Amino acid sequence: MTSFPLKIVTADGLVYDGTAEEVIVRTITGDMAVLARHINCVAPLGMGRATIVANGQRRYAACIGGLLSVIDGSVNLVPTTFEWAESIDAARAAASQQRAEAILSKTDASDTELKLAQARLHRALVRQSVASSK
Amino acid sequence: MAGVSTKEIKNRIRSMESTKQITKAMEMVAASKLRRAQAQVANSRPYFEILRSTIDDIVENNLDFSSPYLKERTGNKVLYIVIAGDRGLAGGYNSNILKLVMSEIQDKDATVLPLGKKAVDYFRSHKVPVLTDSYAEAASVSIGDCFSISKQLCKAFKAQEYDEIRIAYTTFVSVLSQTPASMQILPLVCEASEEKKTPTMITMYEPNDEEVFEAIVPEYLGGVLYGALCESRASEQAARRTAMDSATSNAEDMIADLSLKFNRARQAAITQEITEIVAGS
Repeated sequence: MTSFPLKIVTADGLVYDGTAEEVIVRTITGDMAVLARHINCVAPLGMGRATIVANGQRRYAACIGGLLSVIDGSVNLVPTTFEWAESIDAARAAASQQRAEAILSKTDASDTELKLAQARLHRALVRQSVASSK
Repeated sequence: MAGVSTKEIKNRIRSMESTKQITKAMEMVAASKLRRAQAQVANSRPYFEILRSTIDDIVENNLDFSSPYLKERTGNKVLYIVIAGDRGLAGGYNSNILKLVMSEIQDKDATVLPLGKKAVDYFRSHKVPVLTDSYAEAASVSIGDCFSISKQLCKAFKAQEYDEIRIAYTTFVSVLSQTPASMQILPLVCEASEEKKTPTMITMYEPNDEEVFEAIVPEYLGGVLYGALCESRASEQAARRTAMDSATSNAEDMIADLSLKFNRARQAAITQEITEIVAGS
């Protein structure tokens, strides 16, 4: 398959710099796949699993927030957090899920608390599902 | 050595010496922290560059849509995000940035969001309205905090609570030079020049440009905030290192000076004693 240059950059530094054949990410409106020679494109990312196919190998990662941009054939993935499936701490995600669920089940939680807990729960679930799919 | 006994000088030398040890130790600590902060600055830079260039592209290529983030407003309500340190003994680091902010907000209806204990204390004692003091420790503000601040600010900006949002931080030019700066972050300043106004390429925005913009701006602000925080932290350590370095060399100078005085006083005492013995015999 034809490959294209791919860069994955988070605020903590450069995660990936090389070529890839296919990138699948969850945008705010749903999954989107990018192949070589894609049209110039910008899309904000939601929370979900990202799949990177490089040298015929498929790697999964939890990819949350940020944006994807394709400019002149090179792809930049700029997520808020990006964790490869093998480096996800599943136990921590499970604990985070439990904490979030405890807050959500409370009746007297404030609006912001609920929103934070919901987002935390969502992230925890994404991480766990990605970790189990490696 | 009129009036100053050798014992007194000895005491002063001893206290100078312990001061020197402290400043020396602080310099070492700052130097090692600086190395870490510098690495963080270098790591986070590509992220903002890509975010920034994406935003610029959208703004340049879409002249017809108007986002609330782009419109200049006439009002005078400004929110200042001020990043200072938690501790003193960092040369002019804290006072430079605070002075800059004070001179800029003089004739404005300003509210301040201080990050760092020194900033919180300063604005409280100068009776400047403070939005929140929950970020009193600049060292413990995480990237998550940056994003929640930015979301909150975007909401307030769209609700017309502020007409302008600026950030004041210290740019890390080099280990020896740090300059305080303030930057407008909302409304977004468009740097597109005239010749670039014809869209050179067609870009697809998924689902559409306005929604992309809406999603990216808070992200971008969070990124800018985090970047400014990293720069300020590195600047603080660099400023402290320089300040402590000069304090140490000052202490050394004083010790050398006092040792000379001490030896003179001792010599004078010996000479006097000999004179007395000779005169008495």
